[in-house]
Amino acid sequence: MAKERINVPEPIVNIIDLSLYYGKVKALKSIALDISKKKITSFIGPSGCGKSTLIRCLNRMNDLIESVTIEGCIKIDDQDIYSPAIDVTELRRRVGMVFQKPNPFPKTIYENVIYGPRLMGIRKRGALDDICEKALKKGALWDEVKDRLHTNALDLSGGQQQRICIARAIAMEPEIILLDEPCSALDPIATAKIEDMLCDLKKDYTVIIVTHNMQQAARISDYTGFFMLGKLVEFNITTEIFTNPLEKQTEDYITGRFG
Amino acid sequence: MTREAYHKALKTLEDEVLFMGEMVSNAIRKSVESLQKRDIAASKEIVKNDLLINKKRFDIEEKCISLIATQQPMAVDLRELTSILSIVTDLERMGDHAEGIAKINILLGEGPLVKPLIDIPRMADIGLSMLDKCLKAFVNRDTETARRICNEDDQVDALHDQIYRELLVMMMENPRIIHMATYLTWVSHNLERIADRVTNIAERIVFMVTGRMEEINVSKY
Repeated sequence: MAKERINVPEPIVNIIDLSLYYGKVKALKSIALDISKKKITSFIGPSGCGKSTLIRCLNRMNDLIESVTIEGCIKIDDQDIYSPAIDVTELRRRVGMVFQKPNPFPKTIYENVIYGPRLMGIRKRGALDDICEKALKKGALWDEVKDRLHTNALDLSGGQQQRICIARAIAMEPEIILLDEPCSALDPIATAKIEDMLCDLKKDYTVIIVTHNMQQAARISDYTGFFMLGKLVEFNITTEIFTNPLEKQTEDYITGRFG
Repeated sequence: MTREAYHKALKTLEDEVLFMGEMVSNAIRKSVESLQKRDIAASKEIVKNDLLINKKRFDIEEKCISLIATQQPMAVDLRELTSILSIVTDLERMGDHAEGIAKINILLGEGPLVKPLIDIPRMADIGLSMLDKCLKAFVNRDTETARRICNEDDQVDALHDQIYRELLVMMMENPRIIHMATYLTWVSHNLERIADRVTNIAERIVFMVTGRMEEINVSKY
């Protein structure tokens, strides 16, 4: 069990005693942690430990599953995101998400990136062009696709498709970007590009990433949480977790003594 | 996800460190014995065998680097591997100190020493006992013993000071022995450094277990 909550600088997300049930099954058990602004926080743990369930709580993706009930509270900028006053669409604009498998729309690269902003009502061509260029630059894809913005995004490689998805999330100017195993379907070169990009992105955004690749968590994140069986076992500065974890369960997992 | 082959490789590496420790321990014991017995042939053997100690150190280093590169060790395993890299460096240098004592014996040539050796073998005994306990503490992850070992270094330092003073007085009384007495102060110095290096290893053991770098017995100088 996590013995005490560590104080992170400038917390933007506060997860307070959060439990989540799929029907009667308790998938998250009294999770409490803070996420620091403009840092990369990674969640690691064996399959089924609740890490993906947790990040899906942060933009209320779990609302789409009927059997889910939630106890406790998540605050973003001191605002309870499960309060009835919250506009979920606006919440998902502020908290973008990228999934495991690249899922670009079957449209052009350009249309993919400006899809969200256009839906939000931006119509002017010049403004949309600017948004597209900025987002693709932040997504470290601009140089590779600037001459073929109007070709189908599905013609791109897996790594490029995933960066399109990240650029699509960035185009909405979110504050927080959630990534659920974004590199698990990618080769090491594409993975390295995404990792570099994420390190750049934290200048402007708060990044939360779920990963099965512990080296990836060690390489890119500032803070790491280790989950097991729905509990947060340990949450600390990444270098501490990977060099001198406080909990035996964390040590056993990261050194491969169980799994 | 348990990684049997990897953990077996770590265990084998630990055994190799112990083996290297034994090699160094033998070299130190024999170097002082051969000085006492004025056995030049035995000293030459120690000088020759130091190459084996050096080779063992490189073997262990290579295995550590290969495990780091291929297995991405974390937490206690990473601390163990980095500690082993440091421990074998200290062991190798201890081997050099033993070789240094053997070379002095060769340089002194045949013939009696200026005085019977009493405190020098005592220093060697304490150093060897420290090393033996240290290697056991390494295997048993025993920080308490590791910390205690560091305090024993004070006895070796005190003996070194005493030997130095005694030899200095003898040299003032009889300048003709300066040549031999200076060599003997170097023997004492080598033994003093050996004990210092055991304390380095003990500090590494504490780091390996706790993750904290501590200087346990700070030199009074």
